[in-house]
Amino acid sequence: MAKVIVVTSGKGGVGKTTSSAAIGTGLAVKGYKTVIVDFDIGLRNLDLIMGCERRVVYDFVNVINGESNLNQALIKDKRVEKLFILPASQTRDKDALTKEGVERVLNELKQEFDFIICDSPAGIEAGAMMALYFADEAIVTTNPEVSSVRDSDRILGILHSKSKRAEEGLDGVKEHLLLTRYNPERVEKGEMLSVEDVQDILAIDLLGVIPESPSVLSASNSGQPVILDIDSDAGKAYQDTIDRLLGEEIDYRFLQVRKKGILKRIFGG
Amino acid sequence: MSEQIFELKGNLFTLSVLNLYKNDIQELSKQLDEKISQAPKFFYGAPIVINLKFISDQKVNFAELKQVLVALQLNPVGVCNGSDTQNASAKENMLSVLNYSQDVKPKVAKVANSALNTSIIEKEVYLPAQVIQGTVRSGQQVYAKDRDIIVLGAVSHGAEVIADGNIHIYGALRGRAIAGAKGNIQAQIFCQKLEAELVSIDGNYWISDSLQGDLWGQAAAIQYKDDSLEITALVKG
Ligand SMILES: Nc1ncnc2c1ncn2[C@@H]1O[C@H](COP(=O)(O)OP(=O)(O)O)[C@@H](O)[C@H]1O
Ligand SMILES: [Mg+2]
Repeated sequence: MAKVIVVTSGKGGVGKTTSSAAIGTGLAVKGYKTVIVDFDIGLRNLDLIMGCERRVVYDFVNVINGESNLNQALIKDKRVEKLFILPASQTRDKDALTKEGVERVLNELKQEFDFIICDSPAGIEAGAMMALYFADEAIVTTNPEVSSVRDSDRILGILHSKSKRAEEGLDGVKEHLLLTRYNPERVEKGEMLSVEDVQDILAIDLLGVIPESPSVLSASNSGQPVILDIDSDAGKAYQDTIDRLLGEEIDYRFLQVRKKGILKRIFGG
Repeated sequence: MSEQIFELKGNLFTLSVLNLYKNDIQELSKQLDEKISQAPKFFYGAPIVINLKFISDQKVNFAELKQVLVALQLNPVGVCNGSDTQNASAKENMLSVLNYSQDVKPKVAKVANSALNTSIIEKEVYLPAQVIQGTVRSGQQVYAKDRDIIVLGAVSHGAEVIADGNIHIYGALRGRAIAGAKGNIQAQIFCQKLEAELVSIDGNYWISDSLQGDLWGQAAAIQYKDDSLEITALVKG
């Protein structure tokens, strides 16, 4: 059965696209036929991070509008065998995505793929709602800071009440917490929330902790998902994340367990 | 051939039975009108079965009887305990002939004389608490009308729980909790961890600043006492 996974956050710039690229690539490396769908219409950058921006001819909106078929729009990755990208349009606005259109394309993708990774735009408006509406699972991407945690909490509330699964009374969307841009030194200094602090507030299962790493920037500058940089800390942390997503129990690396107390300093005023 | 679009099945329904003690349709009309006027809504459109047991030897004018009942906004659907002649005549007037299953002797005097006694008694209705499975997230609002609320999780920053009764939170209270919303000074708030943005009981509220005493971050109960909110440890001693 194909699984639709949305990478979402509420807040922008937390690492959704970086994580979508890494997770999609990681699943394909493991042998699962995977497509990453860019829902960030008008601001597309998934294709940049995947290094396929010059190969975009047709996009998601063209497929929805019937201007091209799905196979014309899907871009096959050159490095990883079973990996495909469905790019967003740069020239349309977010209203171009209709619920019926998105459902039709996702259903078509489900016939062929094992995993469908939906890279959500920021915010809680139409575009983000569209990306999460059909999801079976959600990877709630969060930075260890108060405003990001607050926005993630909000997205969790929306997943609970406004997703298709919620509306149809099915089992809820399976929620995973992915902490990104984690900096143990700053956590220790009390400048960032710890893993425990974030978990205490969001109360969902932890899927991964990705350290703040210069390898992410250099990877995206060279159009290569960071998970393929197998020696980098961020690359390794994403590999662990994939293993956990596939049901393995993997110890956490790149985070020294920090003492509690920051919550009080931040919320306690 | 097209698919059959219906099914005929038997079922049991409660119908009102009109025990007719005298074959006097004009008098019936008068008395019934009086009775119905005491509770017009109750009888409006009610299906009625006419019990002919006490007048089974008489010739009943079913057309007129039906007319009288319809004029009183009743819906005569059939007769029971009639003679063969009566049954035939009822059928001609589109009244079904029904079997009377229960043979209880009606108390003549009582039914004839007692006025239907309807009075409205106001009584507080106790509704079971509303239970929220899990955390109330930022941006969500829950209102438990005329009842308590139980949250089996936390109430996040930016979330709001409101109840006309008490509020029980089995996780942390980080958002707003408004108890006794419709006016109930007895209402209380209970939480496992007090980190609220605002608590209110019957309109008396404290914001975060006022809450940050000894019990901040602790399991706490909040009630209204001596003209002020009071915070105490959830479990004393
Ligand atoms: N683990 C990380 N370490 C360092 N920089 C990161 C990390 N994750 C993301 N970034 C940077 O953060 C910025 C926003 O990331 P992006 O994936 O585009 O976020 P979003 O899609 O949520 O808006 C980018 O410049 C990216 O390189
Ligand atoms: Mg993005």
